[in-house]
Amino acid sequence: MLLTNYQTESFYDEMFSPEGGIRQSYHFLKSRIETMDDRELVRRKSSAEKALLSLGITFNVYGDEEEEERIMPFDIIPRIITSHEWRKLEEGLKQRTKALNLFINDIYHDEKIIKDGIVPAEYVYSSPGYLKECKGINPPQGIWIHISGTDLVRNGDGTVHVLEDNLRCPSGVSYVLENREVMKKTFPELFASLSVRPTYDYPIRLRGMLESMSGKSNPSIAVLTPGIYNSAYYEHSFLAQKMGVPLVEGSDLTVKDEKVYMRTTRGLKAVDVIYRRIDDSFLDPLVFNKDSLLGVPGIFEAYKKGNVAIVNAPGAGVADDKVLYTFVPAMIKYYLGEEAILPNVPTYLCSNEKDRNYVKENIANLVVKAANGAGGYGMLIGPRSSKKEQDEFCDLIDKNPRNYIAQPVLSLSRVPTLIEDKLEGRHVDLRPFILYGEDIYVMPGGLTRVALRKGSLVVNSSQGGGSKDTWVMG
Amino acid sequence: MLSRVAESVYWMNRYMERAENYSRFIDVNFQLSLDLNEDVNRQWMPLVFTTGDNELFQKKFSEASKENVIHFMTFESENPNSILNCLIRARENARTIRENISTPMWEVINEFHLNFKTKKHFSDTDLSSLSEFFKTIRNQCLLFYGCQEATISRDEVWYFAQLGRYLERAEKTARILDMKYFILLPSHDVGSNLDLLQWLSLLKSTSAHEMFNRMYQKITPTNIAEFLILDRQFPRAVRFSLKKIFDSLKTLSGTAEDQYSCEAEKRVGVLLSELSYTSVDEIFNSGMHEYLDRLQLQINGIHDRIDERYFRF
Repeated sequence: MLLTNYQTESFYDEMFSPEGGIRQSYHFLKSRIETMDDRELVRRKSSAEKALLSLGITFNVYGDEEEEERIMPFDIIPRIITSHEWRKLEEGLKQRTKALNLFINDIYHDEKIIKDGIVPAEYVYSSPGYLKECKGINPPQGIWIHISGTDLVRNGDGTVHVLEDNLRCPSGVSYVLENREVMKKTFPELFASLSVRPTYDYPIRLRGMLESMSGKSNPSIAVLTPGIYNSAYYEHSFLAQKMGVPLVEGSDLTVKDEKVYMRTTRGLKAVDVIYRRIDDSFLDPLVFNKDSLLGVPGIFEAYKKGNVAIVNAPGAGVADDKVLYTFVPAMIKYYLGEEAILPNVPTYLCSNEKDRNYVKENIANLVVKAANGAGGYGMLIGPRSSKKEQDEFCDLIDKNPRNYIAQPVLSLSRVPTLIEDKLEGRHVDLRPFILYGEDIYVMPGGLTRVALRKGSLVVNSSQGGGSKDTWVMG
Repeated sequence: MLSRVAESVYWMNRYMERAENYSRFIDVNFQLSLDLNEDVNRQWMPLVFTTGDNELFQKKFSEASKENVIHFMTFESENPNSILNCLIRARENARTIRENISTPMWEVINEFHLNFKTKKHFSDTDLSSLSEFFKTIRNQCLLFYGCQEATISRDEVWYFAQLGRYLERAEKTARILDMKYFILLPSHDVGSNLDLLQWLSLLKSTSAHEMFNRMYQKITPTNIAEFLILDRQFPRAVRFSLKKIFDSLKTLSGTAEDQYSCEAEKRVGVLLSELSYTSVDEIFNSGMHEYLDRLQLQINGIHDRIDERYFRF
């Protein structure tokens, strides 16, 4: 009943083929939905959202005093990925992670990729994520990007592209785990009859990875948060809780004799591994941002001496830059001798004169993004912008070309989504989470973010996006 | 355990205890005002004195009317101790230590906050549901204690929770007893019906009415003071609360009964034995108000020493 008037409107739909037939992986879900009356689905959705609120699964919205915490809107129609397709995504993500890690290690050591003329030096040195202080540092097991969240989008023709790499403190994994718990309560009958690959073991794997970064058999681990006003505070607390390790703030830590300690009721206790959720620039006021109250004075020196492992490694953010992103296929070729399994989205670099002129002339048809922006801030979606906004962006580009890239407007795939009391197609992306320790692990699925406003392509939670559970079939 | 976590557990419990106490005082006073036919406004200012926030109150309000006092103690955003603010802070503390407490505990405190934060003030029409409202608050606080009792391990988290809860309780019981002093100031009608009613309401303010009746035949000031200050079994009595604080500090430090490892332990030990060897007649002879004043200072001193030893070194 709910699906009778559903229109794919010539977009790639994850559930329906262009002819209107149902894709194989969605058969069971469709027949289950069809046996429900309209109100049943609405009821299940609202009880799912109530559960999230009462558990306090919220994120903070900056600058909104009245309602500083919100739940991320949750849609109960899952996005389903076949095991066949997942295998390819998994391979592609592992390949990308390996190459990015080799790149970071290279630019802080021999800079071979620069010397061989593959990546221009000025792009690397001008990246805000590049930290000259990290030159020559050897992080434990040579790993810099222990935890990454790569954003994937499916284009109109069905091809999956990498939209960006998140290598600093990618967030959202707690929603993946909580969404799954809520979905199991909402549709127990589906889980009982389908083989959806589980995600619950992520915190165990995360902990295992963190442990492997220390030479000790029973290391002391902590999650470092900026505090309860950070937008992802819930996640920091969630991960600490699930791993059974303390959640610390900068002021809980102190450095003595180049070793890091926590202040406890029984005195100082040594810390071996820190999963930090604060940015590099706030990590150590002695080395980076002098005004930061969030960090720990002296921690960088302790790290350099090898007395504490920091995850992700300081300096890893350099490869998070949207300008350097355009070189990832070349990195894969250079370091691994392979072709990239997952393509990039075609990207124009505004620092390149020819590209810049093209971008300015065609700005009405492009998406322009700040090279180091996040959260959907500092971007322009050409077709939805006014002439005035376009002119403003052209000025911004002229003032600081290095900071801008542009991409064609993608026709993101859609998934049926419950809007009020009926199902409508809404655009989605996907952020799988990847752990790099003794081996590379890609969590099956990831965070499917959905742009809830009709026609919108912006999926960020800070911009009114919601999320869906992602099912990878066994 | 992190010092910051210990501090948050401690304050989370203090704030919950405070919210519960306030909701009880206000309700009892409201009930009392319904029994009194005279000009009842003078009934409300003592309540504000009891909280110690009289200066702030007088800055904001010219008159201690029922409406003003109830608003000030329940919703006033500028009053750091209003029930609403206690709740906001209790929840904020709970959020910062989410990984140290159980999900049921967190859910109780989070839902409590969600249900409460939409209310901003009372209207006249609300007065009919006032008692119901404060009862809900008390019950939510009790639910929180119940969840804490039933779902967390008896490790450091628990003992810091006990410290916060009983320190707040000891202090508030002393303050409630002192309320009688502030009510008495304007008129000295000792032994009258009004006097009896007021003493009775003190008992109710500490939920002590039934337990008191089981022990004493007569409601007299001496009996009530003895019960609320010196009783060894009643959970809101000052001595009982101090014993809990003493035991918790001992467990935390691991020192023997007759030794101490820090100033906090020493001070609780001294105060506890003082209460153990004091009679209520001695308290009255030395001046009840002066005695209670000193008691409150001593309790606050214990807080400062706990703070110094465990939260800020």
